[in-house]
Amino acid sequence: MSLLEIKGLRVFFRSGDRTIKANNSIDLEVMDNEIIGIIGETGCGKSILGRAIMTLLSDNTEINGKIFYKGEDLLSLPESKLRTIRGKSIGIILQNPSAALNPVLSIGDQIAEVFQYHEKMSKQEAKMKTAGILKMVGIDPNRMQEFPHQFSGGMKQRIMIAMGMAFSPELLIADEPTKGLDPETKDSIVNLLRNLVRSKNMSMILITHDLDVTEKMCDRVAVMYAGEIIELASINNILAAPRHPYTKVLLGSLPNKGLRSVPGESPSLSSPPSGCRFHPRCVHAMDECKKDHPPMLLTEIGTEVRCFLYKGDQDQI
Amino acid sequence: MTLLSVTNLKKYHYSGFLNRKEIRAVDGVDFEIEKGKAMGLVGNSGCGKTTVARTVLRLLEPTEGSIVFEGKDITKLKGRSLKPLGRQMQIIFQNPESSLNPVMRIYDALLEPLRIHKLCNSHEEDQKVRDLIGTVNLNEELLFRYPHELSGGQLQRVVIARVLSLNPKLIIADEVTSMLDPLVQSQILNLLKDLQKRLGISYLFISHDMDVVEWMCDDIAVMDKGKIVKWK
Ligand SMILES: Nc1ncnc2c1ncn2[C@@H]1O[C@H](COP(=O)(O)OP(=O)(O)O)[C@@H](O)[C@H]1O
Ligand SMILES: Nc1ncnc2c1ncn2[C@@H]1O[C@H](COP(=O)(O)OP(=O)(O)O)[C@@H](O)[C@H]1O
Ligand code: SF4
Ligand SMILES: [Mg+2]
Ligand SMILES: [Mg+2]
Repeated sequence: MSLLEIKGLRVFFRSGDRTIKANNSIDLEVMDNEIIGIIGETGCGKSILGRAIMTLLSDNTEINGKIFYKGEDLLSLPESKLRTIRGKSIGIILQNPSAALNPVLSIGDQIAEVFQYHEKMSKQEAKMKTAGILKMVGIDPNRMQEFPHQFSGGMKQRIMIAMGMAFSPELLIADEPTKGLDPETKDSIVNLLRNLVRSKNMSMILITHDLDVTEKMCDRVAVMYAGEIIELASINNILAAPRHPYTKVLLGSLPNKGLRSVPGESPSLSSPPSGCRFHPRCVHAMDECKKDHPPMLLTEIGTEVRCFLYKGDQDQI
Repeated sequence: MTLLSVTNLKKYHYSGFLNRKEIRAVDGVDFEIEKGKAMGLVGNSGCGKTTVARTVLRLLEPTEGSIVFEGKDITKLKGRSLKPLGRQMQIIFQNPESSLNPVMRIYDALLEPLRIHKLCNSHEEDQKVRDLIGTVNLNEELLFRYPHELSGGQLQRVVIARVLSLNPKLIIADEVTSMLDPLVQSQILNLLKDLQKRLGISYLFISHDMDVVEWMCDDIAVMDKGKIVKWK
């Protein structure tokens, strides 16, 4: 069953006379018990997608399309209804724990606040709950009185996970949960998250630019480029049979795949290239790529790809 | 030929009441870097990599040991005599923003070291700045922007250009790509390797990604708790 279904989502920001097209024609389904990875370079629109699902976007935002959660379109629900979903039924682990945690509040107080905000709970009750979830993420509840700066980067990330999981959500959105961590700490966070999500039969959207982490955790992967999903496939297909030229370039750039580099940068989202947004960097670019916007197409191996090299029935490369 | 030779290097930090707490950040490290070669230094966070880098550069006072650069013992150099050294050995960090003045345009950030070290005549300056930005494959139009208008990868290239203006013989790269996206990381690493080939620069290359270090380096030292525990 699908828990979340995003249809034709578009998120534009107006800033002066520029329009930043942060998300464009996004279609994505998240199934029950599924971990789906959103990968792509910094600035391609991953966090915006996460915030759109959480209905947490700022006022200068123009948002179109539908985000069905258990059949209800979040974009047309009233705020009162959203408040019962946001943070409870859909949890989020925000990017960058150092910025997300309040430096002058003890971590115990910060987590207890989450409980008291959502459920009328006594101080004592909130404290008990806090101790419980700290234990769940491997932090000694006796450290509840300590402040964020007294914890290492990995520990802070565990605290963020505790807050995101506070109400045992059905869907968890984790935004770059391993960014800036050393390999050992990264592995411990990956294991913690995977075990929690799997053991509680949750679904998760994992936002990351780290393909290692994606490989260790995800069932399916959506590759984003310049505000769009350009390839959507099982993790096995992505790794063994990538289809989109950008996905191939991305995989080839990994340290264990030879660190091959291609010139150029990801385009600006206020003036993305015409046609296929990857065409200025693509070695396969054809005339139509400059003019027309490629649609998402299902290939025979079950991968969906946004590229004119594929005609639906037969793969050309 | 040996460019840098480090013997029994130690750097202890003292903290706490009456400095009674001793942290042996670097605890007896030996290595040599040949001209034009890259040596890798890997290990988990806190094992002492950055302290090695800063002590070799003499930004930190060594507790014990010797540092010989181009045949000259620089362990005890002080003040003014350290200055030429500051040109020949350069360091690049993880966060390029921290090495660039936020209110200075890229053009001026590249011009500054040329003037401070009197590296060219004033009528050559403009061409030199444009050459530098070209060397790191950046478009000249970025010269008139401010750091916050550039991406992380672009900033790291600017920092590399700035360092290159001093014609260094050794560049210490401390986790320079660990915050970058894979594709941008591969661009920067390819650039560094290319500079090594073209200009004969040596590297002390610090990272916690073994695959990256293996690709980049000729020798690899693995550190743990202030000591080199293994060579690869
Ligand atoms: N409130 C906003 N107003 C204008 N632009 C924004 C806003 N929030 C994000 N953006 C822009 O949207 C783009 C996508 O950002 P984001 O989703 O954070 O990227 P990432 O893939 O790195 O998570 C970026 O170019 C960013 O600058
Ligand atoms: N100025 C300092 N005072 C006290 N301890 C320090 C100082 N700088 C570093 N340390 C300690 O020295 C050890 C090595 O640190 P560092 O060289 O930064 O490691 P790495 O770069 O490998 O992560 C760590 O335990 C760190 O906490
Ligand atoms: S549509 Fe054309 S330019 Fe875009 S990725 Fe495919 S071949 Fe390359
Ligand atoms: Mg983000
Ligand atoms: Mg360090």
